[in-house]
Amino acid sequence: MSSTVISHNAGDHGGHDHHQETFLTKYIFSQDHKMIAKQFLITGIIMAVFAMVLSILFRIQLAWPDTDFPILEIFLGKWAEGGRIKPDFFLSLVTIHGTMMVFFVLTAGLSGTFSNLLIPYQLGARDMASPFMNMLSYWFFFTACVLMTASFFVESGPAAAGWTVYPPLSAVPKAIAGSGLGMTLWLVSMFLFIISQVIGGVNYISTVLNLRTKGMDLWKMPLTIWSFFLTAIVGLLSFPVLVSAVVLLFFDRSVGTSFYLSDLVVGGEILPNEGGSPILFQHLFWFLGHPEVYIVVMPALGLTSEVISTNSRKPIFGYHAMVYSLVGITVLSFIVWGHHMFVTGMNPFLGGVFMITTLIIAVPSAVKAFNYIATLWRGNIRFTPAMMFAVGMVSFFVSGGLTGIYLGNATLDINIHDTYFVVAHFHLVMGSASIFGMLCGVYHWYPKMFGRMMDERLGYFHFWLTFVGAYLVFFPMHFMGIDGVPRRYYAFTEFPFMEKWVSANLLVTWAAIIAGLGQVAFLWNFFASIWTGKKATQNPWGSNTLEWTTPVEHFHGNWPGEIPTVYRWPYDYSKPGHHEDFIPQTVPFSETMSSNLAHDFDGDEEALRIQNEWNKQNNREILEG
Amino acid sequence: MKFKINNRFKVLFASLLMLGAVFAAPQVSAQQDSVATEEVTQSEAVETTDELTTEVVDTAQAAVEGSDDVAAASVFKSSAKPKDEGKQIDPQAYKNLTYYVLLFLVVCTIVAIILKVQSIYELTRKTEGKYNPLANNNLQAILLFVFLILFLAGVYYSYAVWGSWAYRPAATEHGAEVDVMFIITTIITTIVLVVVHILLFTFTYKYRMRKGAVAYYYPHNDTIERIWTIVPAIVLTVLVLFGFFTWRKITNIPEELQKSAIQIEVLGEQFMWRVRYPGADGEIGKRNYKLTTGTNPYGIDFNDKAAWDDIDGADIVIPVNQSVRFHIISKDIIHSFYIPDFRVQINAVPGMTNYFQFTPTVTTEEMRERMNDPKYDFVMLCAKICGSAHYNMQKKVVVVTEQEYKEWLSKQNKYFNEAVQKEFQVTQVKNESNELSVASLN
Repeated sequence: MSSTVISHNAGDHGGHDHHQETFLTKYIFSQDHKMIAKQFLITGIIMAVFAMVLSILFRIQLAWPDTDFPILEIFLGKWAEGGRIKPDFFLSLVTIHGTMMVFFVLTAGLSGTFSNLLIPYQLGARDMASPFMNMLSYWFFFTACVLMTASFFVESGPAAAGWTVYPPLSAVPKAIAGSGLGMTLWLVSMFLFIISQVIGGVNYISTVLNLRTKGMDLWKMPLTIWSFFLTAIVGLLSFPVLVSAVVLLFFDRSVGTSFYLSDLVVGGEILPNEGGSPILFQHLFWFLGHPEVYIVVMPALGLTSEVISTNSRKPIFGYHAMVYSLVGITVLSFIVWGHHMFVTGMNPFLGGVFMITTLIIAVPSAVKAFNYIATLWRGNIRFTPAMMFAVGMVSFFVSGGLTGIYLGNATLDINIHDTYFVVAHFHLVMGSASIFGMLCGVYHWYPKMFGRMMDERLGYFHFWLTFVGAYLVFFPMHFMGIDGVPRRYYAFTEFPFMEKWVSANLLVTWAAIIAGLGQVAFLWNFFASIWTGKKATQNPWGSNTLEWTTPVEHFHGNWPGEIPTVYRWPYDYSKPGHHEDFIPQTVPFSETMSSNLAHDFDGDEEALRIQNEWNKQNNREILEG
Repeated sequence: MKFKINNRFKVLFASLLMLGAVFAAPQVSAQQDSVATEEVTQSEAVETTDELTTEVVDTAQAAVEGSDDVAAASVFKSSAKPKDEGKQIDPQAYKNLTYYVLLFLVVCTIVAIILKVQSIYELTRKTEGKYNPLANNNLQAILLFVFLILFLAGVYYSYAVWGSWAYRPAATEHGAEVDVMFIITTIITTIVLVVVHILLFTFTYKYRMRKGAVAYYYPHNDTIERIWTIVPAIVLTVLVLFGFFTWRKITNIPEELQKSAIQIEVLGEQFMWRVRYPGADGEIGKRNYKLTTGTNPYGIDFNDKAAWDDIDGADIVIPVNQSVRFHIISKDIIHSFYIPDFRVQINAVPGMTNYFQFTPTVTTEEMRERMNDPKYDFVMLCAKICGSAHYNMQKKVVVVTEQEYKEWLSKQNKYFNEAVQKEFQVTQVKNESNELSVASLN
């Protein structure tokens, strides 16, 4: 096992620099989990900025459907002839924005970054179970990003069938220009991306199961690790189904099969395909697609749990309940996919069943939200920028989660399916909430990643612009949806009943532009602080978890000497009787005699006896086993 | 290259000016002037901010504000100019872009200066020994609380204003039930939304970090956790049961009612809808997509005599208070048959037929009175992404009285019109002769 080899090296040779790292092996084809995490993060940020610019382009179109912007023609050429975005290209923008945000930013950028960074760190491992596979995972992801971006340089334009790429629209290039070469690139890119996810997932799961340090049993793992672990399981089980969907679609497009196609007359031409079903694709897609939203949101929930607990200086409320609700979400996430298909012509009875499972999944989610609030109660809250984003995440998770009760209800879904209500819902609950979880993670673990601190003031500035901006962008959309405005509409000009929403659209677009420009504060802060940030101390937030016991300087193997042993759970904050408001996981109970509780010994009679003897000597209360 | 902390601003300004220079290149002289003045003021700002004293920063700020005005004025001036017609991109576009970029950079400098002033203020407080390390913590807690108030006000505003724009009572029988459930769900979710946010942001305010304070070690409380698992579970169970039975009622219509309803077929295609009424026999004729031709774009199979009297509806016209069963099909890709006012939506999927049966309860006339809008119309629109004109794929829906409905129906054209009949006869003859030749060969 490579990890044992590395641990020998690190243990025996200590200061010797025997690795002989070149620039190429250190920064490019690195097998070190910390470097790979940074690669994932920076690629994710670049994709996020790209996808955000796309969203601002289509927001401009929606707010000013009758105005020319010659600037756009400079950048977009024939896709914005005369300074106005074309309908086909509008759909491409929407499609690629969604694909990049969901897959590249919120899946790879979020769990890729933090699983890589934190799983070995917080478990006390020298590296991932398979560093080489870890490297492969990143490079497959990177290639997927390049291919997806490359589709903007294709004559017929990028894929334009929506991020869900429902056939036949995505299968018949005659139906929309984007379904030509652009769609092929989309499929190839997605194929590579799934490989990356599967490799990564196997690695995360085996690391969590096999490479925990001494004393780190499952119930001593931080919630971050629990969430990454369960996310990886969800991903490993669901992504391969998307592969089958993607491969079959590829065959339908390129080989002439009819898995999804039947009875088509496109542009006057009768197509030969017979016997397929477009609904089949939807089943396959959403079998991944729904777990995917939990793949996106669970790591964010894990990161927020850690940050909220650390900065409230208070143990996370209901640690076991938090884990069980994550487990509940993991299991239930596989049996709810049909709620995306209530009105597609799926058997209505089946729709009813999916509706029941869907609303059940709201229970563990509600438990999580309440537990966050209970964690804040009577805390001693320190508002670092990371904490601000964590609080914002809870707010988004609640606001966006509640509208899920409408959409999960088949009866109500009839009228709001595929409208702006859906857009508002998932942008709050999985878009904004996950992005905030990710940003909270970036601000919190930046010192660990780069050994320097980010600028706090810019952090607050960034938070407020983004937080207020996101609400202004997504909240009005609920009402458009209730009114019956469908999503992916190029303009609201063709229907009299939509005209009243022009004013709301202006508000939304301005908020989007300002919040979008606000991200420059983050980018500046992020990239400039790599070189100019204040030097970080070893444990800047007074945190309990293992990553803060490593030295600030990075080297392969994480700990210079032996890997520390873990004695306690990660949330001993403000424990009464202790002189500090945190007790790291590596502190044995023998060093904290004044603060130990009966609960800590978990039925260990001998330890309890020793504790009680000490208590007697020090005139303290006798603990009941 | 080594950056010192107080060098950051030089770097910022250098990049600002470099960018400004790059973008200013395609300028014509008249515009160049105003840009030049702007750059001059900015480079002044660069020189002044190098020294880190409060007063100097103030003047720099003033200088930048001045340049801001210049930029704003020039933007105004340039946008006022008439645009050139023609294929080439108007050079004005480049100029505007430059101005906006410079404007943004000016905003960036202002933000940077404000933040710098703040940090200098803190430094001076520190040297005076009056620095409160929790001052910013308090500020953020207060801001979060202010946000709570604005958030609640925003929720109220949006419900009152946008809510009233968005919500109209349904115009169908099942729609009324949907509405009841919608309102109940809205009440429950709004209560949770408001209560949770009040708790969240008052806790962040009330329990902000204070000197010497220690958090309450409270890792779990099984009773409370049980309560907030069970209560949402009960509420959701009620909603689920309510929703499930309504859903079954809407989608699971007894067979005799299915047959007694008026049957209408709607075919979606890029980017229009076609409507087919069954005609006198009450039966919609067969369709075979392989028979689609220029004259028979619907692909109706006229070998089925039930198709001969099928009526081509210009709009969707339906009688009030009568059950209508829609057969939704698609010619090419997936579309969605969506009538918001009726709470009706079902996808049009190629290769299969979907059904939606409902009873309209309000005529278009009554709806116009209710809306106080003499031009108001029900509309059916496509809600599933289907291509470039997805945003304009609509059909007017008119609800009328029984009598008006019959009158309207009698005025509509038949699908089996003369041109189609001719084509049909030709193919019949061809088929016959083919059969003959096959027979003779045998």
